Amino acid sequence: MILASKTAWTIIVLAGLALLPAALSGYQTSLATLILIYALLAMSIDIMAGYTGRTPLCHGAIFGVATYVVMYYVTTAGGSPWLGMLYGIGMAAVVSLIFALLAVRTSGVYFLLLTLALGMVIWGVCQRWTSVTGGENGLRGTVRPDWLLDPARFYYFVLFIGLLATFIMWRFVSSPFGLSLKGIRESESRMKSLGYHSTKHLVIGFVFSGVMAGIAGVLYALFNSFVSPSSVALAQSVKGLLMAIIGGVGTLFGGVVGAAVIIILENVVSSFTERWSMVLGLLFVLTMIFAPEGIVGKFRTIKWFKKSV
Amino acid sequence: MDRRTFLASSAALTGLAVHGSFNQVLAQGTGPIKIGLLTPLTGVVASGGKEIVEGFNLYWNQIGKKAGGRDIQIFVEDDGSNPDIALQKARKLTEQTKVDFLVGDLLANTGLAVAEYAKTNGIPYFIPVIAADDLTQRKRIPNVIRVAGYTASQMPRPLADYAYKKLGYRKIITISQDYTFGHEQCGGFAQMFTELGGQIVSQLWNPLNTQDFSPYLAQIQSAKPDAVFAMETGADATRFITQWSNFGLKGKIPLLGAQNFTDQSVIRTMGAEGEGIISSAHFAEGNDSPATKKFVEEYQAAYKYLPSIYGFAHYSAALWIAEAINAVKGNVEDRPAFLAAIRKVALTNSPLGRPVRLDPYGNPIYDVFIRNTVKRPDGKLWNVPIATYPEVTQFWNYDPETYMKQPSYSRTFQGIKGK
Repeated sequence: MILASKTAWTIIVLAGLALLPAALSGYQTSLATLILIYALLAMSIDIMAGYTGRTPLCHGAIFGVATYVVMYYVTTAGGSPWLGMLYGIGMAAVVSLIFALLAVRTSGVYFLLLTLALGMVIWGVCQRWTSVTGGENGLRGTVRPDWLLDPARFYYFVLFIGLLATFIMWRFVSSPFGLSLKGIRESESRMKSLGYHSTKHLVIGFVFSGVMAGIAGVLYALFNSFVSPSSVALAQSVKGLLMAIIGGVGTLFGGVVGAAVIIILENVVSSFTERWSMVLGLLFVLTMIFAPEGIVGKFRTIKWFKKSV
Repeated sequence: MDRRTFLASSAALTGLAVHGSFNQVLAQGTGPIKIGLLTPLTGVVASGGKEIVEGFNLYWNQIGKKAGGRDIQIFVEDDGSNPDIALQKARKLTEQTKVDFLVGDLLANTGLAVAEYAKTNGIPYFIPVIAADDLTQRKRIPNVIRVAGYTASQMPRPLADYAYKKLGYRKIITISQDYTFGHEQCGGFAQMFTELGGQIVSQLWNPLNTQDFSPYLAQIQSAKPDAVFAMETGADATRFITQWSNFGLKGKIPLLGAQNFTDQSVIRTMGAEGEGIISSAHFAEGNDSPATKKFVEEYQAAYKYLPSIYGFAHYSAALWIAEAINAVKGNVEDRPAFLAAIRKVALTNSPLGRPVRLDPYGNPIYDVFIRNTVKRPDGKLWNVPIATYPEVTQFWNYDPETYMKQPSYSRTFQGIKGK
């Protein structure tokens, strides 16, 4: 019965996602596309924060590197966007490998600070390497192929890639390897004594999540046709992390909910009041008090509660 | 899934669908002209953003929010001083609110992001304070026009000329915030000054949000230049001027500034330390021309302080746009005709008191004032013109096509002669 209801829910959600462009205007569709892109970023962060217990503050930078590579390859070097996307994801993998090797030996607040510093290095490079990154002004130019210009079509394109990536992430975290990451989260020393090479596992987990952030980054390049240092700034990493937290750390799909909540707040509430960031702040505080496990996490506990009664 | 959850979720989906189509129906109405004003109400330049709204609204309120026989509706959106948010808000205004055209933004990177969007979308976008050179030079976009705006390198050139010829300076140090707006203003100054025969002894670049200028001030002191050209905005400008005075450099080394360095937004709260700084700009709130006086008084009556470049530029932009709307009799939906009308406007009633018109590249031609910061009888500082350079274009005296063959100004290319 639980399985059946899970399948039914999955079908409902998928059908809802597929029907969305028919129900929404062009602008709202593009907002939904943005939510999907940020959902990927939030989920990639959740792999680290929720499954390995190491909260990263550099995924915004990895995301942004992928965006920069696409923008540079297409607008400055004049290459094809498809190849650019591959290079973008590849570069995200390289950057996250370097970051992983430097950072995974630490944990807790040290991991947080180290990844923060690494992310800031990327931001500094993007800000100062004017000849390549365009400095403060960033890079501009249309990178989205013509047949994707229609908002609904682009939405389906992002949805397809997003679902694929989500499926891969879901398989990844529920695989035995994903379990070993959870084991490391619970007790690294015990995993070590059981014969697991915890560092190697963490590096693989980090690079995997970095690649996922990179996928989100290249989609963002197609979405925005623009990149500037604000895409790799700390604020970007924090935004992704907050999405993961609001949705529920360690739930994976929480990232989707968190992304939806924050993006909608940012774009809808801001038309009513210029103090929209205060509303956002209030939401964080309330979430932390009443649902520290996040929206999806809370929902799960309630369902479990109902069933056990 | 039980029946109740099914009902709830399908109701939610239907609700979503109805909401979406409802919005589309609303948007098809014609009637008022809708203007989208993008401005930073949060983030690092929020105070300037507030003045943008004030200046823009002041004019529309004066004429009763009507032009070309139609009502004017203004939709203000916060760009958060961030290009990604600016882009998102531009999309929202264009595609959801269905505004007829966009105006505003303060930081160059936000303006450039929106300009790129305007390029693909075709919506007219007017930029009264986005000064990035290439928007009306090498990478100009037909529907992006610098209505009542200016180009970064346009303003410092007359100052370089004045410093060399009238003040007799030969050795100058430039100090500037290390980002494109600074690179472009210093570039305009340095190229002009060295072409006249002057020498740029060194160029210092401080990061945005520099708290302590003492290392730079020490370097300046030991180099003993004839004068210093400073390009700082906002709080950096305030800190620089205060520390310049605290270090005892005031009165010893003459200080020249970019137009934003002594803007009202900076000197409004200053005392004696802000006096006697020479800068150049098209707007000088201390000008005694009747038109300027009238504007300054009206602005002061409405908002209790003297207008800054942000307020002035958006007031003038509103004036400019209203003239164009009148010229096309309110038919702003015909974009080519509206853009042509915008280009044709020759503003005679601007607060500058002098006619203003666009060059063929979409940038205004101004009479540029050399200004000095002077104390008013009520103790407040303001910029008073001491000399005028008539008809200054963004290309100065260069041939536009030849000029645009040289690279854009950057930290590495400053157009310095002999380098």
